Amino acid sequence: MEQGHGTAAKLAALRASIARIGQLAKAAGSVISFGVPAIDGCLPGGGLALGALHEVTSGGPDIEHGVAAMMLSAGILARLPGQVLWALERPDLFAPALDGVGLQADRVIYAEAGNAATVLLIMEEGLRHAGLAGVVGELSGNLSLTASRRLQLAAEQSGVTCLVLRRSRRHDDALFSEPTAAATRWRVTAVPAPAMLTHAPETPGLARPRWRLDLVRCRGGEPASWIVEATDETGHLCVPADLADGPATALSQRRRAVGG
Amino acid sequence: MPLAQGQALVPGLTVISATPERDAEALEEAAAWCLRYAPLTAPDSPNGLWIDATGCTHLFGGEAATLADIVKRLGRSGITSRAAIADTPGASWATARYGTDPITSVPPAEAAEALRPLPVAALRLDAETITGLRRLGFERVGQLLDAPRAPFALRFGQLVIRRIDQAPGSVSEPIEPIAPPNLVSSRLAFPEPLLTPEALSHVIARLTALVCGELERRGEGARRLDLIFERIDRTEQAICIGTARPNRTLGHLGRLLDEQLERVDPGLGIEAMRLAVPLAEPIGFAQPRVSLIGDENTGADVSVLVDRLVNRLGAPKVYRAAPVESDVPERSVRRVGPLSPLAGARWPKNLPRPARLLRPPQPIETLAMLPDHPPAQFVWRRHRHRIRHADGPERIGGEWWVSDRERSAVRDYWQVEDVDGRRFWLFRSGDSVDPATGDLRWFLHGFF
Repeated sequence: MEQGHGTAAKLAALRASIARIGQLAKAAGSVISFGVPAIDGCLPGGGLALGALHEVTSGGPDIEHGVAAMMLSAGILARLPGQVLWALERPDLFAPALDGVGLQADRVIYAEAGNAATVLLIMEEGLRHAGLAGVVGELSGNLSLTASRRLQLAAEQSGVTCLVLRRSRRHDDALFSEPTAAATRWRVTAVPAPAMLTHAPETPGLARPRWRLDLVRCRGGEPASWIVEATDETGHLCVPADLADGPATALSQRRRAVGG
Repeated sequence: MPLAQGQALVPGLTVISATPERDAEALEEAAAWCLRYAPLTAPDSPNGLWIDATGCTHLFGGEAATLADIVKRLGRSGITSRAAIADTPGASWATARYGTDPITSVPPAEAAEALRPLPVAALRLDAETITGLRRLGFERVGQLLDAPRAPFALRFGQLVIRRIDQAPGSVSEPIEPIAPPNLVSSRLAFPEPLLTPEALSHVIARLTALVCGELERRGEGARRLDLIFERIDRTEQAICIGTARPNRTLGHLGRLLDEQLERVDPGLGIEAMRLAVPLAEPIGFAQPRVSLIGDENTGADVSVLVDRLVNRLGAPKVYRAAPVESDVPERSVRRVGPLSPLAGARWPKNLPRPARLLRPPQPIETLAMLPDHPPAQFVWRRHRHRIRHADGPERIGGEWWVSDRERSAVRDYWQVEDVDGRRFWLFRSGDSVDPATGDLRWFLHGFF
């Protein structure tokens, strides 16, 4: 009996020291919840970790424009207090769309970098200033392990959330499967939405857009996938009403070989 | 005449007290302003300015252009002026006040000739002497220059002789320049020339410390910094940085300078460095914000961040977006400075706008029934998109006050979703009823 207790105590001490060493301690840090229990349940700490690096990509042909990824990031940052630094490679972003999900124009400072290396420099610059709500960078091309680790460390030290929107001209770009030091990796794909009025499907009009949200990689959690409705004007996602009562609100898929 | 007599002559006379001290101060300030034209300037009370413009006029496009610029800029501040430039101070003084044109440029070596037709008062003599000379029949300077000089010395003293000698420039007459406002600057020279970036960085840190100390003594912060590198071959290289708010933090200024260091070519070595502050502004001591509610975002951090971004990317590349009251989407956004005051303005709600906007809108091929139906499909970049749902039309009219061509132009916008779930923003130019509103071509304008 005593030996059992001794072993259990030693194991607990070992777990505590591992948690102290590094990444798992962050699970007790601050998070921002999505407001959707199915998603929050899969994330360590019950929400998206603040003061960490997260990667977001759009799936399908939207990978070139990254619209869904942009709306998801804007919705998250709209609910955090403070200014946002948005680093662009190309000036094709249209500001009223961000205003439509709750990220007012006064809060966003844009910096046009012109190329991927400068975007990373600017993101690191922004992450050194605590007091920002978040730093978003639109990146095409490779995000190396060293670069992502630098961003992650800078985010941890200042507590500023860092989101990398990855865009590419090629669908299913192999670069996106390379390992990075991001805490979570998301892929957002647009899926067809049903008709606006379910009882009168021929009525012209558009329902709220729908996404398939994949948590591709999560440190301290398992990959999972959900169908959600896109961010509304307050920046929140929600589960579609017609799926909420169904048996599969969260399709958990254990994908072992999924990249990163 | 006494004031009472004047008021009796003209009823309702406006009386303003003269303030000679304030006038003298204003004249000093004007002389300091003229330092932009030449390094040596002085006020000439009660109503004139001396500028020693030797070797400086070519910077402004020549003598006549410099004078015209001075007169124009003074005119903008509400000061009417006359200007003249000549070889000698006496000739320029005389020509400015008594010459025929408000702006005169006396050709070199013709100072004496230019003075001849001017009245005797142009020689800067006192009133008694002038009256005496006129009583004797001397009206023009030319007569004075021709007449024998000894009787003048007896009658009027040495001043007349001196002025007659100074006029053609036989006797020199330097002006007493005012001291320019002293700027903060510090300079370090090295016993051996420096080549490596680390050594230069170290010196930058020392210079910045000296300059920040001086700024703190004066209670000012730097807005512009010029760092000048003096190379062994007597050439100079310079880097300039600016800050959005007056700043004297050692770390911040040092880092801004270090970032620009790679633009400097040290050549064979740098023997001295000078750090000057051409623009400094008083810095108020701000009470640090202490609050139990910990969610106030620190505005100070953002100005430091903006400085670093602007110095790296350039001011046009760092901005915030602000709404413009315009229906046309590509004109509804404008860029403002990143530290401009928060306006709180927002775009109209309930009007869906795409996340990416194509500039210019891309033409597409479509199949649509007129006049009010969205397309059933469209082809863009050789992909065919079949449309399942659509919302619209949102009619946006042209702005006749911007351009004449837009007077009757109309766009009908549709937000469409294709079978894969992707959403696009299409428009048809023209309302299909009136041909003047557009030619019914379809375009893709953005992605949702």
